[in-house]
Amino acid sequence: MVFQRKHILGLEDLTAEEISLILDTAESMKEVSLRDVKKVPALKGVTVVNLFFEPSTRTRSSFEIAEKRLSADVLNFTPTQSSVVKGETLLDTARNLEAMGATVIVIRHSMSGAPWLLARELDSSIINAGDGSHEHPSQALLDLFTVREVKREIQGLKVVIVGDILHSRVARSNIWGFIKLGAEVRLVGPPTMMPQDVEKMDVKVYYNLEETLKGADVVIMLRIQMERQGSGLFPSLREYSRFYGLTRERLKLAKEDVMLMHPGPINRGVELSSEVADDVHSVILDQVSNGISVRMAMLYLVASGGGNA
Amino acid sequence: MKILIKEGHIIDPSEKLNKVGNILIEDGKVKSYPSDTKKLEKGPTIEVIDAQGMVVAPGFIDMHVHLREPGFEHKETIRTGCEAAAAGGFTSVVCMPNTNPVNDNASVTEYILLKARTEGIVNVFPIGAITKGEKGEILAEIGEMWEAGCVGISDDGCPVMNSRVMRHAMEYVKAFGIPVISHAEDIDLSGHGVMNEGFTSTVLGLRGIPNASEEVMVARDITLVELTAAHLHIAHVSTAGAVRLIRDAKKRGVRVTGEATPHHFTLTDRAILNYDTNAKVNPPIRSQKDVDAIREGLKDGTIDVIATDHAPHSEDEKKVEFDLAPFGISGLETALPLSLNLVKEGILTLPELIRKLTFNPAQIVRINRGTLRVGATADVVIFNPDKSITVDRNKFRSKGKNTPFHGWQLSGCVRYTIVGGKVVFSS
Amino acid sequence: MSKIIMDSQTVDRAISRISNQILERNKGAAEIVVIGIRTRGIHIAERIVDRIEKLEGIRPPLGTLDITLYRDDFRRKSEWPSVQKTHIPFSVEDKNVILVDDVIYTGRTTRAAIEAIMDYGRPASIQLVALVDRGHRELPIQADYLGIKVMTQKTEEVKVLLKETDGRDEVVVVEG
Repeated sequence: MVFQRKHILGLEDLTAEEISLILDTAESMKEVSLRDVKKVPALKGVTVVNLFFEPSTRTRSSFEIAEKRLSADVLNFTPTQSSVVKGETLLDTARNLEAMGATVIVIRHSMSGAPWLLARELDSSIINAGDGSHEHPSQALLDLFTVREVKREIQGLKVVIVGDILHSRVARSNIWGFIKLGAEVRLVGPPTMMPQDVEKMDVKVYYNLEETLKGADVVIMLRIQMERQGSGLFPSLREYSRFYGLTRERLKLAKEDVMLMHPGPINRGVELSSEVADDVHSVILDQVSNGISVRMAMLYLVASGGGNA
Repeated sequence: MKILIKEGHIIDPSEKLNKVGNILIEDGKVKSYPSDTKKLEKGPTIEVIDAQGMVVAPGFIDMHVHLREPGFEHKETIRTGCEAAAAGGFTSVVCMPNTNPVNDNASVTEYILLKARTEGIVNVFPIGAITKGEKGEILAEIGEMWEAGCVGISDDGCPVMNSRVMRHAMEYVKAFGIPVISHAEDIDLSGHGVMNEGFTSTVLGLRGIPNASEEVMVARDITLVELTAAHLHIAHVSTAGAVRLIRDAKKRGVRVTGEATPHHFTLTDRAILNYDTNAKVNPPIRSQKDVDAIREGLKDGTIDVIATDHAPHSEDEKKVEFDLAPFGISGLETALPLSLNLVKEGILTLPELIRKLTFNPAQIVRINRGTLRVGATADVVIFNPDKSITVDRNKFRSKGKNTPFHGWQLSGCVRYTIVGGKVVFSS
Repeated sequence: MSKIIMDSQTVDRAISRISNQILERNKGAAEIVVIGIRTRGIHIAERIVDRIEKLEGIRPPLGTLDITLYRDDFRRKSEWPSVQKTHIPFSVEDKNVILVDDVIYTGRTTRAAIEAIMDYGRPASIQLVALVDRGHRELPIQADYLGIKVMTQKTEEVKVLLKETDGRDEVVVVEG
């Protein structure tokens, strides 16, 4: 199978086969990361711009390492420094970068759909590094990759996603990814943080954490954003934590070999109790290193894909 | 100057006319319906329009447009807005007050009317603001605006959230006999929503505006109009619940009327799936269930009027992140073909449709238009309902190219638009 | 039209001869590692390793190499083959690397493979095995051990069929 897409904007529009191809390619990329010389010349002469409108050191660094391992020329552009302050539009900013020779633009933006605008108006390949509350494909792909490494198969797994589903791009991308690869996905969180009609994504919606955790193979904890306090969606962090925080006791309800995942950074004592946060730390580090392999695969596939011929 | 329109299919719901015949226009008025035209045609100063196979109707009245002038001339001007109206078959437009400055006093009203007289090729009837600056706090000088020519009041775009202020507006306006047009939206409930709340907004990760946001305000305004016995007109009805509330109120004899836009009875929120900002509009395009209910409301008469909510924006303003794009669709030049779909699909008869585009809006804003009776001002539209067209936004007369219908294959083409006995548009 | 230039017997003999030459030149099997280039080079490499083991009683380490990430025709082809796994579970440092491919043609695959191997360490030498040399080199690269040399047209295709993948051993020149 050959990857035909010019862009990777979200998991919603990828097929199961395409997702599997990215994960397979990421396995090959992981081998590169294990060598002494962690570099291949695949994207020599390709200019990749990391256009990050939201501060995100983790994702940006991961993309940057991935780009450098593929020998791409990398430009980090953090618009708060310059143009946006002067009132330049997203499209003008991106067009300028394209004029400088960018062929792949990795974009992180606080507004849903911003990568679609670039994909529609520019010639470059666009990789979505997280847009608003919409999608975060590289995060979901690395979650899938990490789970597949441990569990061999995604098909048939019971996956629980806990927390603020309404505002979470990680949740949306993971829902699409796990569903497409045949897992059963359960969502749990306060009803105020459950988006309308979300069950039409073929997921089961719960409001009680204990009930949801029964028999779970994978638990993905979403980060509670501190600025949501006072939004009226929940009364207090204390109460949120009491009903939706993960403790060792609660985790015992899941399968014995449950995988606990968190996109990081963790709010200790809020979504995870401190002891669970320590337990989970090793998987989180796996996720971080797998993130590089997955992003190398995404970059390689869009840059070499049929859409660029 | 005389115009003879020959052998057209004349449909005038105000006169219950629905037959093939001839119309003679003289001195800007409908002069007669001559049966024998041979002698007339030989006259020296007569323009003859062969209307065979075409529908001849009173010029359409769009009781909900934004002409953007004064203040937002980069989006539209009275001149271009009127040209777009003429191209769409509209001979009169009723323009909303959310200009800059807001049309909340007689001098702005007079400015708009002066501009319309000098630059506009169709009739322009302004709506005055309910409150000063559309801020929802202090009543605007409604009486003076009425004197200057305003035909209704509305804070369109900025709903009057304070129920006491709305109550007083309804009471006060009774002195002038003009309607209160409600942009029914609870802005707290809408939050920072940018599209319909539902499965599509969930998938897209965009903030939703629930149906309830419209319905609680429709219910409030109906309650207030029962209290005040004014005339309430609900603008751009978008939800099934709002249709039901208006239907029930009408059954109780409440003086409430309603309008629907072509985009609300044509599209569902799936039009936004690729983040097309040209489909971003307020109230938002909703679900199939709502589309079906609006169509049912049009059919059973709950919804009296088809209006476009023509909201032109410049290309630059729409080519941005979805959250940042302004709400609005440029509607004047696609209204007729989209409305004719209702006839094709058996929801309305052609006379019923024309009534919602002519006589009904004229009645609501109490203007002496929307009729072809002898002696009336000769505002006429002649269109071919069957000719197929492809919507091309680049050919719009309007400065606003913001349409979600670009490239659509539709049927219905305006051939002549006549205002006061003068051809202002032909194709 | 197609022409058989090697059959099962000649393939077998060539691999046997090559294995002997490798041992001769490297003075035994102690310092050699064998790396096959995906996909058919791997099978030829396996056979060479088997043969050396029979002859010397030592089985040299065997690795597989996918050169997709080292290709120099980026953006020239409309479709790239997907990236397969490289598996080199040993150090190449100071070893004599026997690089095995089925066909040597332009030399670009070999160049990419050499570059890839260098990323794993600094071998004492890299020596190239090719079952078929079909000419038309674009780079100054030659095989150290060769099965057969054959003159071809650029329009022709050289097909190497192997038992492991195709059910029989045969090398065919197919007219384009």
